[in-house]
Amino acid sequence: MLFYFFKRIGSLLATLVVASVVIFTVIEIVPGDPASYMLGLNASDDTVNALKAELGLDQGRVMRYVDWVGGMLQGDFGTSYTYRTPVAEMVAERLTVSLPLAGYALSLAILLAFPAGLFAASRRGGAADTVIMGITQLGVAIPNFWFAMWLVLLFAIKWQWFSAGGFPGWDAGFWVGMKALSLPAIALALPQASILARVLRSSLLDVLNEDYVRTARAKGLTRRQALWGHALRNAMIPVLTIIGLQFSFLLAGAIIIENVFFLPGLGRLVFQSIAQRDLIVVESVIMLLVFAVVMVTFLVDLAYAWVDPRMRRSH
Amino acid sequence: MKRFIQVISSVLLMTFLSTAAFAAKTDITLGMALEPPNLDPTGGAAAAIDEVVYANIFEGLTRFGSDGSVNPALASAWDIENDGTRYVFNLRPGVKFHDGAEFTAEDVKFSLDRARGEDSTNAQKALFANIAEVEVIDDHTVALNLTNADGNLLFNLAWGDAIILDPASADKAATDPVGTGPFKFSNWVQGDRIEIVRNDDYWGESVALEKATFKFISDPTAAFAALMAGDVDAFPNYPAPENLPQLEADPRFSVVLGSTEGETILSMNNKSEALSDMRVREAISHAIDRQAVIDGAMFGYGTPIGSHFAPHHPSYIDLTGNATFDPEAARAMLKEAGYIDDLTLSLKLPPPAYARRGGEIIASQLREVGIDTEIENVEWAQWLEQVFKGKDYDLTIVSHTEPLDIGIYARDDYYFQYDNDDFNGLISAFNKETDPERRDVMLKQAQTMVSEDYVNGYLFQLAKTGVANSKINGLWENQPTQANDLTGVYWSE
Repeated sequence: MLFYFFKRIGSLLATLVVASVVIFTVIEIVPGDPASYMLGLNASDDTVNALKAELGLDQGRVMRYVDWVGGMLQGDFGTSYTYRTPVAEMVAERLTVSLPLAGYALSLAILLAFPAGLFAASRRGGAADTVIMGITQLGVAIPNFWFAMWLVLLFAIKWQWFSAGGFPGWDAGFWVGMKALSLPAIALALPQASILARVLRSSLLDVLNEDYVRTARAKGLTRRQALWGHALRNAMIPVLTIIGLQFSFLLAGAIIIENVFFLPGLGRLVFQSIAQRDLIVVESVIMLLVFAVVMVTFLVDLAYAWVDPRMRRSH
Repeated sequence: MKRFIQVISSVLLMTFLSTAAFAAKTDITLGMALEPPNLDPTGGAAAAIDEVVYANIFEGLTRFGSDGSVNPALASAWDIENDGTRYVFNLRPGVKFHDGAEFTAEDVKFSLDRARGEDSTNAQKALFANIAEVEVIDDHTVALNLTNADGNLLFNLAWGDAIILDPASADKAATDPVGTGPFKFSNWVQGDRIEIVRNDDYWGESVALEKATFKFISDPTAAFAALMAGDVDAFPNYPAPENLPQLEADPRFSVVLGSTEGETILSMNNKSEALSDMRVREAISHAIDRQAVIDGAMFGYGTPIGSHFAPHHPSYIDLTGNATFDPEAARAMLKEAGYIDDLTLSLKLPPPAYARRGGEIIASQLREVGIDTEIENVEWAQWLEQVFKGKDYDLTIVSHTEPLDIGIYARDDYYFQYDNDDFNGLISAFNKETDPERRDVMLKQAQTMVSEDYVNGYLFQLAKTGVANSKINGLWENQPTQANDLTGVYWSE
């Protein structure tokens, strides 16, 4: 187990180092200078140079890479060129939206997917199975922003039960915040729930064909008892993998939904920063996201070991 | 009878209660497509900065009115001395910054010296180039000594880039702006909204609104949904012209069409191989059907222009006749210049819809007369580097949004690469001229000159398409400068 653990940590660190080099290089290669972007069409060269010096952009690339990585190791992610606020502060603020939204959406997805997947698997080939599979097929196919617009059209414009978007902040109260995140979370959850339900169903069906399930049935367990007691835990590995991927996706990839609901989340921060050539923000946020994805993968790996004792020994 | 009186009195009571309940609102939520990167108008060019702070939080010595006129602000009056080379400003007494500091002539000296100083990061530093010295005469009098006579000074001082800051709070203006205006900065939730509240110690007429919120919604569909759901009360620059007819038909909203300072042009690189020949530039101008571009790219909102000049300006002359839509003439001119169906030009398009949608239409119009274009979509940062600085382009589409900016044609090494000594002489004479009549004549000459030299393809003046709750009054109809001046805004009951 310990060896498995350290091996995972090693690959985690290597991924982070490679990612930092790639991120920095790619973003530096893309043309466009942040200082001249900020100062617009009428700025003279000496004004641009004065601003570059103020922002530390007059140093060489290697120097800036070393500064950036060195700063991050000490928890300093630099200061945004355009917003003039520390990147760490901005990211922390955005995470108060993105993290709960990702958590909310994923919880909804799991709450929808598990009953649907289990039910469909236990009634394989039946009418219920066909209906559930049909609905999830649709859920996978519908683009989430389109679904989001329908939610806005119905719940915000027609019935006016929810705001069309925006986030009042947690200061306004927990339930007010949750309410503001509800439509976006539903829009995000639907496709994820559909994927999860399908994976859970097919994984369960595979397991239900295994010898040990037949043995369990032979010793007198009902179909349902065999499903809950023996099949479910063994069917969890692919499901956990998908949940891990979905969480990373929801954290970083909610950008379109954030735009539809004008939420101040991480995705929108990256989007805005790319347009404004706020390099330091883009670099640091992407690095953080890489870190988050790597960490989630790491935790999922550990979870495998937890559900499947063989993993602990064989590595 | 007794019953009748009861009914009457209860009806009266109800009416009384309902009018009390419907007393005019004193807060407003405005939608904006772009969030300002920071709130210091003296340290960046982003229009969104001024759209929040101009006239609301910060004020300068002079300011623009809604009609583009230059009016007194922190300076109540001024005298022009020494043949226009010295301006003496009388400052308003009793003006306080939001942190309680008193506004004096020292603040004016500090702010203007900061803007024109060596380390200045003011995006419009050129506005102050002619100021030789800022002289404090007493607490409430300040004189600007100029290098040359300057007819633009009062106009230049009205820009958002020339607002007056307090030395104690100037460095924090980006995140915590402290000004003298009728509203105080209150809160900024980055990515979501900025809130400002009424400044009860304001020197001028008290404003009707107690609180204003600027909400940032970049997606056009989301903007529409936010208006319909009542999340925002107004969208002064509504980003989706395609929805305007629908909003216009809705009694809850009023749609206000005005003009902006944005001359939208097909910029041409006057030193690229083919375009250095004026016949080719003229041919391109005749190949363009402006109305088709306005209809196709802007859903019909926009005024055709024939030169680099705003139609609402008093000195405007209509020069659209210099470049009528005439594909036959365009073909003939190209033939004369030696290009028969073998001219390929690059067309670099920045992100705004006027450029991306307009570019496709213009490309097809140019193809009709035998010019092929290679369209390349670029981000703004890339555009600045390649087109604006590198001059690595043949054609591009940009809206030049600064007020009265025909002077850019006289600038050395500007990206149009237009080089005309007569024009340069005219602009430098204009900058020194203070007589309104002669200035008017010169502006007309300048318009004619760039139009007849076919420096660029002149397309249309960008429209300001505002949508607001129909009970809101006092929002600016036109946009003489980038601002959402809330001083005159109020709700009717």
